[in-house]
Amino acid sequence: MQDLSIITHWIDNLLRGTLNFPDWLTVITECVLIGVCLLLAYALLALFYIYFERKVCAAFQCRLGPNRVGPFGLLQAFADMFKILIKELISLNNTDKFLFGLAPFLVIIASMLGFAVLPWGNGLQVIDFNIGIFFLLAVSSIGVLGILLAGWSSNNKFTLIGALRSGAQMVSYELSIGLSVLTMVCFAGTMSVSGIVAQQENCWFIFSGHIPAIIAFLVYIVAGTAETNRGPFDLPEAESELTAGYHTEYSGIHFGFFYLAEYLNLFIIGGVAALLFFGGWMPFHIPGWDAFNGVMDYIPSVLWFLMKAVAVTFVMIWFKWTFPRLRIDQLLAFEWKYLLPINLFNLVLMVLIITFGLHF
Amino acid sequence: MANIQDTVARLFPEVEIVQGETLELNVPDAKWHSLAAVLKQELGFDNLTALIGMDWGELLGVVYYLTNTATNEIISAKVTTDNRKDPMLHSLTDLYAVAGIYEREVYDFYGIKFINHPDMRRLFLRNDWVGFPFRKDYDANPEINPVRLDHESVEDTSCTYVEGPDGKIEKKNTVIFSPEDFVVNIGPQHPATHGVLRLRTAVEGETIKKIDLYLGYIHRGIEKLCEGLGYPQTLHFTDRLDYLSAMINRHALCLCIEKAMNIEVPRRAQVIRVMMDELMRISSHLLAIGTFCMDLGATTMLFYPLRERETILDILERTCGARMTFNYNCIGGVIVDLDQNFVADVKKLLEIMPKAIKEYNKVFTGNVIAHNRMDGVGVLSKEDAISYNCTGPSGRASGWSCDVRKTHPYGIYSELDFEEVVRTEGDSMARFKARISEIEQSCKILSQLVDRIPEGDCCAKVPKIIKLPAGHWFQQVEACRGAFGVYIESTGTNQPLRMKFNSPGFCLAGAIDHLTRGEKIADLITIGGSLDYVVPDIDR
Repeated sequence: MQDLSIITHWIDNLLRGTLNFPDWLTVITECVLIGVCLLLAYALLALFYIYFERKVCAAFQCRLGPNRVGPFGLLQAFADMFKILIKELISLNNTDKFLFGLAPFLVIIASMLGFAVLPWGNGLQVIDFNIGIFFLLAVSSIGVLGILLAGWSSNNKFTLIGALRSGAQMVSYELSIGLSVLTMVCFAGTMSVSGIVAQQENCWFIFSGHIPAIIAFLVYIVAGTAETNRGPFDLPEAESELTAGYHTEYSGIHFGFFYLAEYLNLFIIGGVAALLFFGGWMPFHIPGWDAFNGVMDYIPSVLWFLMKAVAVTFVMIWFKWTFPRLRIDQLLAFEWKYLLPINLFNLVLMVLIITFGLHF
Repeated sequence: MANIQDTVARLFPEVEIVQGETLELNVPDAKWHSLAAVLKQELGFDNLTALIGMDWGELLGVVYYLTNTATNEIISAKVTTDNRKDPMLHSLTDLYAVAGIYEREVYDFYGIKFINHPDMRRLFLRNDWVGFPFRKDYDANPEINPVRLDHESVEDTSCTYVEGPDGKIEKKNTVIFSPEDFVVNIGPQHPATHGVLRLRTAVEGETIKKIDLYLGYIHRGIEKLCEGLGYPQTLHFTDRLDYLSAMINRHALCLCIEKAMNIEVPRRAQVIRVMMDELMRISSHLLAIGTFCMDLGATTMLFYPLRERETILDILERTCGARMTFNYNCIGGVIVDLDQNFVADVKKLLEIMPKAIKEYNKVFTGNVIAHNRMDGVGVLSKEDAISYNCTGPSGRASGWSCDVRKTHPYGIYSELDFEEVVRTEGDSMARFKARISEIEQSCKILSQLVDRIPEGDCCAKVPKIIKLPAGHWFQQVEACRGAFGVYIESTGTNQPLRMKFNSPGFCLAGAIDHLTRGEKIADLITIGGSLDYVVPDIDR
């Protein structure tokens, strides 16, 4: 397996050794480089998802989807992006201007920070510290703050209802995400992202952790869908009820930020699912089949990670274009009456399985 | 009928009884409320089918059509007042819930105040409108009612005229929304109102406390326009009422005019009309279930019914040349003969429909979220359905067998073999399923007729100038959303004195407040979607 940390180390050595940068300048330069890379990845992923979702839902709905701009409509997403960039930012009277402007940035920063700990490939990780997963959970909950602020500061009844729904929903489902992640962390025995990936070298957790891991995965993907405010849990922006929910009053790139953050959160949920259940960037290995494992190793680790994340998000897109929306009380009852007890039970089950060594 | 005549004559000797198209009672206003109570409680006339405001020149008044839902007998009553300055009649809101919205319409257009009506405001027109446009002496001078560029003031109070025990009438103010209510303005521009309908909704958290209905955003005054036009000219308006049952509405008006003129419609035209009606019904129900699912968030389910609807629109387009306002029925038959491929096209449609229905059920009806969203939401009891005059699939889902094709068969429906879809649950799910079953029944009707379209003329010979004899006629048909009625009163000229379209959507909209009280905001969308009102049908 190609270790991509060679590249990062080479850059580090180049800066420190050859160019003789002082420590602080090295760090700043590296941060800027990483920032540029992440922003680029962010933009490209968002464009990919816009195109991907439109094509997928078109296929579900007996339509063709975008097919006019560029070959197979590939440039449609770019055209949309430029359109949204040059649109006017409409400023409204009677809103809290500061909070109104701040909200989209909070949402997008939360999802950007999440990118920091994703295992992009072998040795490709922005920061790899011992509480990586914990950090991810912490930053991803900043997003709800942005949504609440957006709904409140718009001074509109629809956005307010959307924001309150969102608050209730996010707070509830954060719990399920946290518990299912905790189950897997128990199994891995570490919170470090690289540690979790390394643990799955022989067998992905979804196979080695069998029953509790599968339950945790199912709970995770349901809660993850809710966390990203996507159908069937898209109540905060339920179009037919609240027009556009919390971002009704936003325009131009401010709206674009919410839109981007939604897709990128989708990717983060997919990425974390890949990390916790499908081995992160780790290729598919079957213990004992060395030849097969060798072939699998030829596929680059970045590709493995992206494929897994996209596969999980495809399922979530599938959800969205199949199911009707839940009602707020049903949504909350589902979390507190079903998912939470199942999750707690599952955690105990996982601990028992680890204690008695019943896993593969 | 004799029984009714006897009872009324015995209890109310001052009532004048005429046997016309139906049994007609000429009632002085003072006795009307107590007579209506007797009619409802003792004689079983529990449904107020139509309430038609009238201006006969000197007299103002109202014509009522009441139905006995057990025997399907219809009687009419005429209540008049000669006080043109401050006309007042007694309200029936305490007996028939639907009178609430009907009487507001009459007040809006004729200025007749209804005593004891709890909410006597204008319904369609602005609060600051001067005059009552349907009165014959109305001044349409644009200087009196210019196009106003300011917003209509929002009023949270209303008034009611209460009759004291001494017969003195007192005006009292009532409160619609108190200042502490959190009122959300749903509409007039909103994705789920299916048009420009405005619901001022008082909510407490997610729970709905009260809904106040604002209508008239696309009111075109069709009934008023009809009064200045010849009968053939009035026909095309019907395509623009409930545009999703355009054919059926026009069928109703043609039937009413033909009934008045005693025109025998050729057999071929009758068959074509019924086939077109049923195609229309299938296409309307397909759109209804599609948009309903979209309102619930299942966007994909919108496209599957639309796919089949497209086939139907193609069939209609080949014969009528239009996909929406068909302009097809005419007095005496239909305007042109069928397209040569019509039979083959319909057969193809009948082939794909059963498969398509299976698919809808697979994708949506069995879904657990769909069940949670629809089961037990917006339950309309049979009594309420009758009282609110909720006809069509919505009424039948509540157990009221109100299909006009069965209760008062018109055209060739009496010869056809089909079942009336009646369910008992009365919730949104029942209304949804009733529509799917009705599609199947319409397919059944089509399959009976598709090979048996007789040869012959498609239109009867009618005089060049259509003149109706003096008199009045009422004709109902089963439109896609319920019983659609046409009332024509003629003085013998080539223009109607009054033409009233009694539309099902209007009554359905009147029941929203009742159905949504105490439900969630999301349920308002479910209930609205399952009732499937169409706004141009409400605002005529």
